[in-house]
Amino acid sequence: MEIKVLQNILGANEAIAAQNRQLLDEHKIAAINFMSSPGAGKTSLLLQTIKNLKSKVKIGVIEGDVASKLDSDKIKGEGVAVIQISTGSSCSLEAHMISLALKDLPLTDIDLLFIENVGNLICPAEFALGEHKKVVISSVPEGDDKPTKYPLIFTETDVVVINKLDLLPYVDFNLNNFRRALKGVNPKVKIFEVSCKTGEGLRNWYSWLLSEVKAITTR
Amino acid sequence: MHELSITQSILDISLDKAKAAQAYKINKISLVIGELTGFVSECVQFYFDFLSKDSIADGATLNFKLVAGELRCRKCSTTFNPKDIMWVCPICQSRSVEVIGGRELYIESIEVETNGDKSPTKYSGS
Repeated sequence: MEIKVLQNILGANEAIAAQNRQLLDEHKIAAINFMSSPGAGKTSLLLQTIKNLKSKVKIGVIEGDVASKLDSDKIKGEGVAVIQISTGSSCSLEAHMISLALKDLPLTDIDLLFIENVGNLICPAEFALGEHKKVVISSVPEGDDKPTKYPLIFTETDVVVINKLDLLPYVDFNLNNFRRALKGVNPKVKIFEVSCKTGEGLRNWYSWLLSEVKAITTR
Repeated sequence: MHELSITQSILDISLDKAKAAQAYKINKISLVIGELTGFVSECVQFYFDFLSKDSIADGATLNFKLVAGELRCRKCSTTFNPKDIMWVCPICQSRSVEVIGGRELYIESIEVETNGDKSPTKYSGS
Protein backbone atom coordinates (compact mmCIF):
# COMPACT_ATOMS: atom_id res chain seq x y z
CA MET A 1 0.00 0.00 0.00
CA GLU A 2 1.32 3.42 -0.90
CA ILE A 3 0.84 6.33 1.47
CA LYS A 4 1.22 9.88 0.20
CA VAL A 5 3.34 11.83 2.64
CA LEU A 6 4.43 15.10 1.00
CA GLN A 7 6.06 16.25 4.20
CA ASN A 8 9.04 18.57 4.44
CA ILE A 9 11.93 16.70 6.01
CA LEU A 10 13.13 19.82 7.78
CA GLY A 11 9.57 20.53 8.94
CA ALA A 12 10.26 19.55 12.55
CA ASN A 13 13.26 21.87 12.67
CA GLU A 14 11.25 24.71 11.17
CA ALA A 15 8.39 24.22 13.63
CA ILE A 16 10.80 24.41 16.58
CA ALA A 17 12.53 27.43 15.01
CA ALA A 18 9.14 29.18 14.86
CA GLN A 19 8.60 28.45 18.58
CA ASN A 20 12.05 29.85 19.39
CA ARG A 21 11.23 32.95 17.40
CA GLN A 22 8.00 33.44 19.29
CA LEU A 23 9.76 33.12 22.64
CA LEU A 24 12.40 35.63 21.55
CA ASP A 25 9.72 38.04 20.34
CA GLU A 26 7.83 37.77 23.61
CA HIS A 27 10.98 38.78 25.46
CA LYS A 28 11.81 41.44 22.87
CA ILE A 29 15.22 39.91 22.19
CA ALA A 30 16.95 40.52 18.86
CA ALA A 31 18.64 37.25 17.88
CA ILE A 32 21.54 37.16 15.43
CA ASN A 33 22.80 33.91 13.86
CA PHE A 34 26.57 34.18 13.26
CA MET A 35 27.83 31.89 10.50
CA SER A 36 31.22 31.54 8.84
CA SER A 37 33.96 29.12 7.94
CA PRO A 38 36.33 28.19 10.78
CA GLY A 39 38.75 30.99 11.55
CA ALA A 40 36.93 33.86 9.81
CA GLY A 41 36.66 35.66 13.11
CA LYS A 42 33.21 34.96 14.56
CA THR A 43 34.53 34.89 18.10
CA SER A 44 36.81 37.92 17.60
CA LEU A 45 33.93 39.96 16.19
CA LEU A 46 31.72 38.77 19.03
CA LEU A 47 34.29 39.72 21.69
CA GLN A 48 34.87 43.17 20.17
CA THR A 49 31.14 43.73 19.87
CA ILE A 50 30.49 42.69 23.47
CA LYS A 51 33.27 44.97 24.77
CA ASN A 52 31.81 47.92 22.90
CA LEU A 53 28.12 47.38 23.38
CA LYS A 54 27.72 45.78 26.78
CA SER A 55 27.28 49.15 28.49
CA LYS A 56 24.46 50.01 26.05
CA VAL A 57 22.51 46.75 25.69
CA LYS A 58 22.17 43.53 27.64
CA ILE A 59 23.88 40.80 25.67
CA GLY A 60 23.53 37.02 25.73
CA VAL A 61 25.46 34.42 23.74
CA ILE A 62 24.75 30.89 22.58
CA GLU A 63 28.02 29.34 21.56
CA GLY A 64 27.92 26.34 19.25
CA ASP A 65 31.10 24.39 18.99
CA VAL A 66 31.91 20.87 17.96
CA ALA A 67 33.66 20.03 21.20
CA SER A 68 35.79 22.55 23.03
CA LYS A 69 34.77 25.25 25.47
CA LEU A 70 37.59 27.59 24.38
CA ASP A 71 35.24 30.17 22.85
CA SER A 72 32.68 30.21 25.63
CA ASP A 73 35.44 30.63 28.24
CA LYS A 74 36.68 33.72 26.40
CA ILE A 75 33.18 35.16 26.30
CA LYS A 76 32.45 34.37 29.94
CA GLY A 77 35.43 36.56 30.72
CA GLU A 78 33.38 39.50 29.43
CA GLY A 79 30.72 38.95 32.04
CA VAL A 80 27.76 38.30 29.72
CA ALA A 81 25.32 35.38 29.87
CA VAL A 82 26.66 32.53 27.75
CA ILE A 83 25.49 29.00 27.07
CA GLN A 84 27.78 26.53 25.38
CA ILE A 85 26.30 23.88 23.10
CA SER A 86 28.63 21.05 22.16
CA THR A 87 27.23 19.86 18.87
CA GLY A 88 29.32 16.69 18.84
CA SER A 89 29.11 15.07 15.43
CA SER A 90 26.64 17.64 14.12
CA CYS A 91 28.01 20.23 11.74
CA SER A 92 25.40 22.89 12.41
CA LEU A 93 23.28 24.19 15.23
CA GLU A 94 19.68 23.07 14.93
CA ALA A 95 16.50 24.63 16.29
CA HIS A 96 16.00 22.11 19.10
CA MET A 97 19.47 22.87 20.49
CA ILE A 98 18.57 26.57 20.62
CA SER A 99 15.27 25.76 22.28
CA LEU A 100 17.14 23.97 25.10
CA ALA A 101 19.69 26.76 25.42
CA LEU A 102 16.93 29.39 25.68
CA LYS A 103 15.61 27.58 28.75
CA ASP A 104 18.92 28.16 30.51
CA LEU A 105 19.38 31.82 29.58
CA PRO A 106 18.04 34.71 31.69
CA LEU A 107 15.73 35.90 28.90
CA THR A 108 14.27 38.82 30.80
CA ASP A 109 17.78 40.17 31.11
CA ILE A 110 18.81 40.04 27.43
CA ASP A 111 18.18 42.53 24.59
CA LEU A 112 20.62 41.16 22.04
CA LEU A 113 21.35 37.45 21.61
CA PHE A 114 24.23 36.22 19.49
CA ILE A 115 24.10 32.64 18.30
CA GLU A 116 27.54 31.57 17.17
CA ASN A 117 27.03 28.70 14.76
CA VAL A 118 29.48 25.91 14.00
CA GLY A 119 32.27 27.04 11.66
CA ASN A 120 31.02 25.78 8.29
CA LEU A 121 29.65 27.43 5.14
CA ILE A 122 27.42 24.58 4.03
CA CYS A 123 25.26 23.00 6.70
CA PRO A 124 24.16 26.05 8.75
CA ALA A 125 22.48 27.46 5.62
CA GLU A 126 19.87 24.69 5.86
CA PHE A 127 18.76 25.05 9.47
CA ALA A 128 16.53 27.87 10.67
CA LEU A 129 17.09 28.53 14.38
CA GLY A 130 14.45 31.17 15.05
CA GLU A 131 16.89 34.06 14.64
CA HIS A 132 15.82 37.50 13.41
CA LYS A 133 18.87 38.10 11.26
CA LYS A 134 21.53 35.92 9.70
CA VAL A 135 25.07 37.27 9.51
CA VAL A 136 27.89 35.63 7.55
CA ILE A 137 31.43 36.61 8.45
CA SER A 138 33.84 36.23 5.57
CA SER A 139 37.51 37.04 5.99
CA VAL A 140 39.99 38.41 3.49
CA PRO A 141 42.46 35.46 3.60
CA GLU A 142 39.68 33.06 2.59
CA GLY A 143 39.63 34.61 -0.87
CA ASP A 144 37.07 36.68 -2.77
CA ASP A 145 35.47 33.65 -4.44
CA LYS A 146 33.47 32.47 -1.41
CA PRO A 147 30.06 33.84 -2.53
CA THR A 148 30.60 32.04 -5.84
CA LYS A 149 31.65 28.76 -4.23
CA TYR A 150 29.03 28.67 -1.46
CA PRO A 151 26.14 30.58 -3.04
CA LEU A 152 23.44 29.12 -0.83
CA ILE A 153 24.58 30.56 2.48
CA PHE A 154 25.25 33.93 0.82
CA THR A 155 21.80 33.84 -0.77
CA GLU A 156 20.17 33.23 2.61
CA THR A 157 21.98 35.78 4.74
CA ASP A 158 20.83 39.30 5.66
CA VAL A 159 24.29 40.67 6.37
CA VAL A 160 27.88 39.90 5.39
CA VAL A 161 30.75 41.18 7.49
CA ILE A 162 34.05 41.16 5.59
CA ASN A 163 36.66 40.78 8.32
CA LYS A 164 40.46 41.11 8.50
CA LEU A 165 40.57 44.15 6.20
CA ASP A 166 44.01 44.90 7.67
CA LEU A 167 45.33 41.92 5.68
CA LEU A 168 44.24 43.31 2.30
CA PRO A 169 47.76 44.46 1.32
CA TYR A 170 49.12 40.94 1.82
CA VAL A 171 46.61 38.74 0.02
CA ASP A 172 44.97 38.57 -3.38
CA PHE A 173 41.51 39.58 -2.29
CA ASN A 174 39.61 41.90 -4.59
CA LEU A 175 36.85 43.67 -2.65
CA ASN A 176 34.99 44.60 -5.82
CA ASN A 177 34.94 41.02 -7.05
CA PHE A 178 33.61 39.87 -3.70
CA ARG A 179 30.93 42.58 -3.56
CA ARG A 180 29.86 41.90 -7.15
CA ALA A 181 29.55 38.14 -6.64
CA LEU A 182 27.70 38.65 -3.37
CA LYS A 183 25.24 41.22 -4.73
CA GLY A 184 24.68 38.89 -7.68
CA VAL A 185 23.26 36.11 -5.55
CA ASN A 186 21.78 38.46 -2.95
CA PRO A 187 20.98 42.02 -4.08
CA LYS A 188 19.46 43.02 -0.72
CA VAL A 189 22.40 41.98 1.46
CA LYS A 190 23.98 44.54 3.80
CA ILE A 191 27.79 44.58 3.78
CA PHE A 192 30.14 45.75 6.53
CA GLU A 193 33.87 45.89 5.91
CA VAL A 194 35.81 45.65 9.14
CA SER A 195 38.98 44.67 10.90
CA CYS A 196 38.56 43.33 14.41
CA LYS A 197 42.29 43.86 14.86
CA THR A 198 42.40 47.59 14.08
CA GLY A 199 38.76 48.41 14.79
CA GLU A 200 38.24 49.78 11.26
CA GLY A 201 34.62 49.82 10.14
CA LEU A 202 33.22 48.44 13.38
CA ARG A 203 31.28 51.58 14.26
CA ASN A 204 28.81 51.03 11.39
CA TRP A 205 28.38 47.42 12.44
CA TYR A 206 27.58 48.48 16.02
CA SER A 207 25.04 51.06 14.81
CA TRP A 208 23.32 48.43 12.74
CA LEU A 209 23.10 46.06 15.72
CA LEU A 210 21.68 48.81 17.93
CA SER A 211 19.08 49.66 15.29
CA GLU A 212 18.08 45.98 15.21
CA VAL A 213 17.66 45.94 18.99
CA LYS A 214 15.61 49.13 18.79
CA ALA A 215 13.41 47.71 16.05
CA ILE A 216 12.53 44.72 18.23
CA THR A 217 12.10 46.50 21.54
CA THR A 218 9.87 49.24 20.13
CA ARG A 219 7.67 46.84 18.22
CA MET B 1 27.51 15.78 7.39
CA HIS B 2 24.10 16.98 8.47
CA GLU B 3 22.68 13.98 6.60
CA LEU B 4 22.56 12.19 9.96
CA SER B 5 19.88 14.42 11.44
CA ILE B 6 18.06 14.61 8.11
CA THR B 7 17.99 10.83 7.94
CA GLN B 8 16.66 10.62 11.47
CA SER B 9 13.82 12.96 10.42
CA ILE B 10 13.09 10.84 7.36
CA LEU B 11 12.86 7.76 9.55
CA ASP B 12 10.73 9.49 12.21
CA ILE B 13 8.23 10.86 9.70
CA SER B 14 7.99 7.50 7.88
CA LEU B 15 7.50 5.49 11.06
CA ASP B 16 4.84 7.94 12.15
CA LYS B 17 2.90 7.62 8.91
CA ALA B 18 3.27 3.85 8.85
CA LYS B 19 2.00 3.60 12.41
CA ALA B 20 -1.01 5.75 11.55
CA ALA B 21 -1.78 3.31 8.70
CA GLN B 22 -1.25 0.35 11.06
CA ALA B 23 1.47 -0.99 8.81
CA TYR B 24 3.88 -3.66 10.02
CA LYS B 25 6.55 -3.08 7.40
CA ILE B 26 7.90 -0.20 5.34
CA ASN B 27 9.23 -1.38 1.98
CA LYS B 28 10.08 1.84 0.25
CA ILE B 29 10.46 5.54 0.97
CA SER B 30 10.36 7.97 -1.94
CA LEU B 31 12.23 11.19 -1.38
CA VAL B 32 12.43 14.37 -3.43
CA ILE B 33 15.75 16.13 -3.01
CA GLY B 34 16.74 19.36 -4.76
CA GLU B 35 20.32 19.48 -6.03
CA LEU B 36 20.97 22.82 -4.39
CA THR B 37 20.26 21.48 -0.91
CA GLY B 38 23.63 19.78 -0.94
CA PHE B 39 22.33 16.55 0.53
CA VAL B 40 24.30 13.53 -0.54
CA SER B 41 21.97 10.62 -1.22
CA GLU B 42 24.64 7.96 -0.64
CA CYS B 43 25.11 9.39 2.84
CA VAL B 44 21.40 9.35 3.55
CA GLN B 45 21.23 5.69 2.48
CA PHE B 46 24.20 4.79 4.65
CA TYR B 47 22.76 6.43 7.76
CA PHE B 48 19.33 5.05 7.02
CA ASP B 49 20.55 1.45 7.00
CA PHE B 50 22.14 2.09 10.36
CA LEU B 51 19.31 4.02 12.01
CA SER B 52 16.46 1.84 10.77
CA LYS B 53 17.79 -1.40 12.28
CA ASP B 54 15.28 -3.02 14.61
CA SER B 55 12.47 -0.85 13.27
CA ILE B 56 9.75 -1.77 10.77
CA ALA B 57 11.70 0.26 8.20
CA ASP B 58 14.72 -2.06 8.38
CA GLY B 59 15.65 -3.08 4.83
CA ALA B 60 13.45 -0.46 3.17
CA THR B 61 14.60 0.91 -0.18
CA LEU B 62 15.17 4.63 -0.42
CA ASN B 63 14.15 6.05 -3.74
CA PHE B 64 15.65 9.45 -4.54
CA LYS B 65 14.06 11.79 -7.05
CA LEU B 66 16.65 14.45 -7.68
CA VAL B 67 15.40 17.85 -8.79
CA ALA B 68 17.89 19.90 -10.79
CA GLY B 69 18.86 23.32 -9.54
CA GLU B 70 17.06 26.04 -11.45
CA LEU B 71 18.16 29.66 -11.55
CA ARG B 72 16.74 32.77 -13.15
CA CYS B 73 18.93 35.57 -14.42
CA ARG B 74 17.84 38.91 -12.96
CA LYS B 75 19.12 40.80 -16.00
CA CYS B 76 17.68 38.89 -18.97
CA SER B 77 15.22 36.55 -17.18
CA THR B 78 16.73 33.42 -18.74
CA THR B 79 16.12 30.36 -16.59
CA PHE B 80 18.86 27.75 -16.55
CA ASN B 81 20.30 24.81 -14.65
CA PRO B 82 23.68 25.65 -13.17
CA LYS B 83 26.25 23.21 -14.56
CA ASP B 84 28.66 23.54 -11.67
CA ILE B 85 29.13 25.74 -8.66
CA MET B 86 29.46 28.85 -10.85
CA TRP B 87 26.13 30.60 -11.01
CA VAL B 88 26.52 32.47 -14.30
CA CYS B 89 23.78 33.17 -16.85
CA PRO B 90 24.64 31.24 -20.06
CA ILE B 91 23.08 33.97 -22.23
CA CYS B 92 24.27 37.29 -20.83
CA GLN B 93 27.01 36.01 -18.45
CA SER B 94 25.44 37.92 -15.58
CA ARG B 95 26.05 36.61 -12.08
CA SER B 96 22.94 38.25 -10.74
CA VAL B 97 20.72 35.22 -10.38
CA GLU B 98 17.99 33.95 -8.13
CA VAL B 99 17.12 30.43 -7.10
CA ILE B 100 13.77 29.24 -8.40
CA GLY B 101 14.12 25.48 -8.00
CA GLY B 102 16.31 22.79 -6.53
CA ARG B 103 15.76 23.41 -2.81
CA GLU B 104 13.12 20.70 -2.41
CA LEU B 105 13.56 18.32 0.46
CA TYR B 106 10.55 16.21 1.28
CA ILE B 107 9.14 12.72 1.54
CA GLU B 108 6.81 12.09 -1.35
CA SER B 109 5.38 8.76 -0.31
CA ILE B 110 6.06 5.52 1.50
CA GLU B 111 5.15 2.00 0.54
CA VAL B 112 4.02 -0.16 3.42
CA GLU B 113 2.53 -3.55 4.14
CA THR B 114 -0.54 -3.78 6.26
CA ASN B 115 -2.51 -6.83 7.28
CA GLY B 116 -5.29 -5.53 5.08
CA ASP B 117 -3.34 -5.61 1.82
CA LYS B 118 -1.18 -8.64 2.40
CA SER B 119 -3.72 -11.33 2.79
CA PRO B 120 -7.41 -11.52 3.45
CA THR B 121 -6.77 -13.94 6.29
CA LYS B 122 -6.25 -11.90 9.38
CA TYR B 123 -4.28 -13.07 12.34
CA SER B 124 -6.59 -15.26 14.30
CA GLY B 125 -5.61 -13.71 17.56
CA SER B 126 -4.28 -15.70 20.48
